[in-house]
Amino acid sequence: MHLILFFVFAGFCLAGAINLLLQSHPINSALSLIVVMTSLAVLYLLLGAEFLAAAQVIVYAGAIMVLFTFVVMLLNAGREEHTLGSRTARSVGFPAVVVILAVIATVILKAQGLGVATLGEGLTDVKGSTNIEVLSRVLFHELLLPFEVTSVLILIAILGAVALASHSGERQAGK
Amino acid sequence: MSSLLTQEVPIAWYLLLSAALFSLGVLGFLIKRNLITVFMSIELMLNAVNLSFVTFAHQWHAVKGQIFVFFVMMVAAAEAAVGLAIIIAVFRVRATLAVDRIDLMKL
Repeated sequence: MHLILFFVFAGFCLAGAINLLLQSHPINSALSLIVVMTSLAVLYLLLGAEFLAAAQVIVYAGAIMVLFTFVVMLLNAGREEHTLGSRTARSVGFPAVVVILAVIATVILKAQGLGVATLGEGLTDVKGSTNIEVLSRVLFHELLLPFEVTSVLILIAILGAVALASHSGERQAGK
Repeated sequence: MSSLLTQEVPIAWYLLLSAALFSLGVLGFLIKRNLITVFMSIELMLNAVNLSFVTFAHQWHAVKGQIFVFFVMMVAAAEAAVGLAIIIAVFRVRATLAVDRIDLMKL
């Protein structure tokens, strides 16, 4: 069951990622990225990370991708054009990426003692404690300060986004 | 068929999937010519790295790996908000999203 689910959703992931590259219209790329992120959420579930699977769907496939599709539609982004720069990037990019993938794959395949992923195996051996319980205990006890700092970070990001996207920047540039 | 139903997945396969997704993200970052699609490729790379974090957290029963993914998601959300705001600001001035035409830092 684990193997079949892994193959199906790993296939969805790779197909979505390749489709992201092949599509020339940004909205199609955004939709394939949603496929990738939702499939990744299923893979997180297989690895026993229920909370992260939910967060992946809500934060990535939900919030971030809505923002992306919204901006694509707002800016009325059209098909991308191919220039001399894109041909150069293509001829340099493909070999570079093949080398990167080969190096990483070699390191992974040579690594000893990686073992197998077992379905339904939690984070802890303690009976009766779920993944989310363990996660929240660490997050809200040991890592409370980083967690609160993250909320400040998001507040600053919201303020920065509003300041950047507001019309006042345009008037300054027009002077 | 029954062996297919009960067989477990090697950790290495998850890591290879993560590596493949990361490479596709790098490739997209290099060959795509649309500012928004380039930004999407960065998100794809972040997701690929998140998958390896979750895989290693599963391997070593370490909760810190999953916590790290949670923080990466929060930072990615902030990054997406600010990045898309920058794209909107650039589009207002340049009226284009082609990265070849956005070659000056000065707006």
